[in-house]
Amino acid sequence: MNALAPRLDAARAEAPVGTPGGAPAVSLAAQVAADFPILTRRVRDKRLVYLDNAATTHKPEAVIEAERAFYRESNANIHRGVHWLSQHATDLYEGARERVQRFLNAARSEEIVFTRGTTEAINLVAWSWGRANLKPGDEILVTGMEHHSNIVPWQLVCEQTGAVLKAVPLTDRGELEPGAFEAMLGPRTRLAAIVHVSNALGTVNPVAAMIERAHAAGALVLVDGAQAVAHQAVDVQALGCDFYAFSGHKLYGPTGIGALYARHELLAAMPPWQGGGDMIRTVSFEGSTWADPPARFEAGTPNIAGGVGLAAAIDYVTGIGLPRIAAHEHALLEYATEAALRIPGLRLIGTAPGKTGILSFMVEGIHPHDLGTILDAEGVAIRAGHHCAMPVMTRFGIPGTARASLAIYNDERDIDALMAAIRGAQRMFGTGARP
Amino acid sequence: MSLSRGDLRELYQEVIFDHNRSPRNFHEMEHPDRVAEGHNPLCGDQLTLYVRLDKGVVADASFVGHGCAISTASASLMTEAVKGHTVEEVEALFRDFHALLTDAAPPGRDFGKLEVLAGVKEFPVRVKCATLAWHTLHNALIGAGDPAKTE
Repeated sequence: MNALAPRLDAARAEAPVGTPGGAPAVSLAAQVAADFPILTRRVRDKRLVYLDNAATTHKPEAVIEAERAFYRESNANIHRGVHWLSQHATDLYEGARERVQRFLNAARSEEIVFTRGTTEAINLVAWSWGRANLKPGDEILVTGMEHHSNIVPWQLVCEQTGAVLKAVPLTDRGELEPGAFEAMLGPRTRLAAIVHVSNALGTVNPVAAMIERAHAAGALVLVDGAQAVAHQAVDVQALGCDFYAFSGHKLYGPTGIGALYARHELLAAMPPWQGGGDMIRTVSFEGSTWADPPARFEAGTPNIAGGVGLAAAIDYVTGIGLPRIAAHEHALLEYATEAALRIPGLRLIGTAPGKTGILSFMVEGIHPHDLGTILDAEGVAIRAGHHCAMPVMTRFGIPGTARASLAIYNDERDIDALMAAIRGAQRMFGTGARP
Repeated sequence: MSLSRGDLRELYQEVIFDHNRSPRNFHEMEHPDRVAEGHNPLCGDQLTLYVRLDKGVVADASFVGHGCAISTASASLMTEAVKGHTVEEVEALFRDFHALLTDAAPPGRDFGKLEVLAGVKEFPVRVKCATLAWHTLHNALIGAGDPAKTE
């Protein structure tokens, strides 16, 4: 792990502070690309142009090495062993929790529950808080740009409790309809479950203002931060949210690990949602009592190595600095947007100002799925389809989009390769500019 | 796997582009004997298939819907290929066509124009695009009520 530190330090020392539209966008990618072993492999006999970062990001050597080192040097089960190695593994895992706490600026580490990812974090709130608190006629308010993972858990819990799910409509630019969120917050709204950054559109929602409005209306707020935490600094205390969910694997960390932040007084009042070891205080056949949070919500042996890997990913990202990452991706998005708009027949889906690095688009006469296959043959990896956000596609009246999503290691060359491949597809299909 | 531009050309042959731009039998049917819905949730492909039967023979077939070039062209080519054949012949053709795309074509089988879809074999994730119309036709012929899905 430590062997990698100098490279990153050197990168920081050399790099000017990022300014939107300037050259630093290139330099960040150039400096970090060597940290990601997978970027050197060839795909389809071509240089890998990986633009599917909203699906999952690649992992830097520091993360890969942290997991490997855990299994080689520190592996044991946690919270139960009297032996040294178990205590050592427990310290690493709880140290990871403190890293997540500082990363989100939570008030205390007990407010961080490890989960498999964002999806499980939202399900935890739905099944634990939702089933305990929702009554027939109560309302859950989501937005029209939610990922399925922030829709379906609420539908399931609504079926059980008689609560009702409502969704805030979107504008043609892919923003929330002005005033609609406030108007839809009613006396029966118990929870607003809102996405911080849309995975299909790149729209950044004004969550701080929305949280304030929701609280004023007496509703709690859960924020789905899956697409936010790798691209901008998040401070849950400044936001004032009640729940915040994110995944490690979209943050340069391992798959199968993520976290739920929840205000302590909420967690303390919430019942368990899964039973097993580690989440109990006492067990007898007459009944059991529950451990305090966060253990109450972490039944069974968790993904210990994943937690350690996530901590390494957080260290990596914060080492570079989220403001610098945001500046890099913003500059690259501007470059990509300008290049995309020069392609005849290309239509952007999601044109809100201040988007994150997500470029969702349609190319006239070419279905997104065909485009995905043709780009793949050029080594350009994008996502084609509904991006687990079918209501967004329905809103825009399209079957799906092609989506390029950016990360710290992408640069102008990747965008140029994408645009060249799109033009190649147009030549194949006989669409676009006529020669 | 290495993939060449040649493989891509095998997949996207001129016949495919032609049937994608101008799909044959692309209309609703006035008095169909069978109607079936097909849906591929992953890519949003959706089609409605109409069949007119005459004494166990597919007298007419047509479709409407939207999808990628592979699924549109495959549906178009299928409606042409099945007309005039008995239900049993069509079901046998589907089995052999599926084998052509996924495994190995039965020796001696003449696929006619359907042969242009053989290139799909190099693109496993696209097999469901090429077979959506066929699964839907199968459901129409056996009278299944649920929409065909290739997911």
